[in-house]
Amino acid sequence: MNDTPPNSFKNQPDDRGHFGEFGGRYVAETLMPLILDLEREYRAAQADPAFAAQFDDLLEHYVGRPSPLYFAERLTEELRKDAAPGHGAQIWFKRDELNHTGAHKINNCIGQILLAMRMGKTRIIAETGAGQHGVATATVCARFGLPCVIYMGAEDVKRQSPNVFRMKLLGAEVVPVTSGGATLKDAMNEGLRDWVANVHDTFYIIGTAAGPHPYPEMVRDFQSVIGTEARAQMLTRAGRQPDLLIACIGGGSNALGLFHPFLDDADVKMLGVEAAGHGLDGDDHAASLLGGAPGVLHGNKTYLLQDEDGQITEGHSISAGLDYPGIGPEHAWLKESGRVEYTAVTDDEALEGFQLLCRTEGIIPALEPSHALAAVAKRAPMMREDEIICMNLCGRGDKDIFTVAEKLGVEI
Amino acid sequence: MTRLQSAFAKPHAAFVAFITAGDGDTAANLDALVAGGADVIELGMPFTDPMADGPAIQSANLRSLGAGTTTADVLQIATDFRARHPDIPLILMGYANPMIRRGPEWFAQSASDAGVDGVICVDIPPEEDQALGPALRAKGIAPIRLATPTTDAARLPHVLDGSGGFLYYVSVAGITGKQQAATAAIEEAVGKLKAATDLPVAVGFGVRTPEQAAAIAAHADGVVVGSALVELCGEFGKDAPAKLQELTSAMVSAIKAAKV
Repeated sequence: MNDTPPNSFKNQPDDRGHFGEFGGRYVAETLMPLILDLEREYRAAQADPAFAAQFDDLLEHYVGRPSPLYFAERLTEELRKDAAPGHGAQIWFKRDELNHTGAHKINNCIGQILLAMRMGKTRIIAETGAGQHGVATATVCARFGLPCVIYMGAEDVKRQSPNVFRMKLLGAEVVPVTSGGATLKDAMNEGLRDWVANVHDTFYIIGTAAGPHPYPEMVRDFQSVIGTEARAQMLTRAGRQPDLLIACIGGGSNALGLFHPFLDDADVKMLGVEAAGHGLDGDDHAASLLGGAPGVLHGNKTYLLQDEDGQITEGHSISAGLDYPGIGPEHAWLKESGRVEYTAVTDDEALEGFQLLCRTEGIIPALEPSHALAAVAKRAPMMREDEIICMNLCGRGDKDIFTVAEKLGVEI
Repeated sequence: MTRLQSAFAKPHAAFVAFITAGDGDTAANLDALVAGGADVIELGMPFTDPMADGPAIQSANLRSLGAGTTTADVLQIATDFRARHPDIPLILMGYANPMIRRGPEWFAQSASDAGVDGVICVDIPPEEDQALGPALRAKGIAPIRLATPTTDAARLPHVLDGSGGFLYYVSVAGITGKQQAATAAIEEAVGKLKAATDLPVAVGFGVRTPEQAAAIAAHADGVVVGSALVELCGEFGKDAPAKLQELTSAMVSAIKAAKV
């Protein structure tokens, strides 16, 4: 079903769900038949114009797409102040923080719940870290009247109480997970345990481009609306494609959503930004690609934070949405293939990026894209004035004001 | 005959006993299982993220890792067990990542050196066999696969292809240590599996009492008990061996008395 040329970067995964050596279907036998069924149903949905029409309609009228492409004039000028003459790239934002529920997560949730209903599933489960995916899942469940159980690490329940309340308002049951480190990976373990016991009626809406095949491909496809829109908007607004795409990476779905439609544009460079936490030289970071090693977790082979025995270690980031010890397998492959460059920024740098955007553009970003902003602030001054950076502003920061206030020593 | 073949050639169904390595005095606990009459030992390799396990075995994994258990420790426990019990088959059970961390060949060689007879890897289905299966088979270690209530007739041949030792029938769609399936459903499922393979069929998940074990033994070639034993390790710590031997003896007696 691929009409891309054989040397395309868009040919992944293969028919077994492998992105090079990464990806795959590393699940317990109980789930395997369901995963195969899901893949068949997804292929059928892809071939059904009615599915695409319903997806597009909901994205337009419920989510609020297309999201704007915005030229950040004052941020561009601010970053030119310290640049060499003739330097300081133009900075544009793909504004997915303006989506309903405040982040890119909803794009994927719309796609998956349509698929769940197509498969006749009557119960939805999901995991969440920061709560954004949980809120987006609870939102689509309310929209379509399906019962919803959200697994959330007990630590994250404490850190993200506004999102917990939002999910409850939307009618979801939020289950605090106390096993392991009580964070996102443990919530995902608990989601898989629920699923394995309820395969007959339950659909698991995974929140990022990870997990067993076909999830990484499916989530990427649903999120690719970001890059597809950006490509068309760039052409209309700037008359050409950007020179550099930048996006933050936890599991990597917003980055893949922006990058994927551009992968075969040889002149468009791409930079994925991981969370360096307190620094890559210690253990307190969440940079799976730059500070991890290949392994198997949660249904796929990918880069993981782990020790020499293959035990998974806890990630750290100021952003609860980035501290997952793995990463989507397509990123692992894009790294090894050299098509995408990956870097990492620390908690402190992200906090500076957060404040910079608040002051220069009147936009309060989420802490996740604040990592991408920190990378923009480093790269833009090194590029020429006529060059263009397009960054995915994938979430808004309302949920993070308490974390930021605490970091800045402000009581609210 | 291999050790596993001998264990399943007895006049009664084999009792397969699972505990997690490094959770308490594992050597003493294993000896107690053997003294109680266990036919096959399944030694769990602890993992930080035991996705298919219920609370009992999750806790055992955390206790073991919290005590500092390493892969080298697990292999040493296996090596020492083999020296003490040359005839009892020993299986390692666990998750993919600790098994392939240093490469599948390294793991297969180490397991072989430790006298391990078979490996159950929960999250390597037949579709991903190349991640570990070829390395195990090259060393004569049986890759033991799982069949579940969701494994239909069309899929079963894929599960059996390349598997060895015995077929582990997971009697409930769910995690370890939870409710047990109805005996009639187990009987029907085992019948279908035995018609499709010459491998012995052992049944596990949710087996907690001698009565349940006996009911399964009437139809299957083996009965696997894990969570009930692991809970004793957790509750009684260094005093666990006597409790483990007691429960194992009761299970084995019930199995031997079961009407086939």
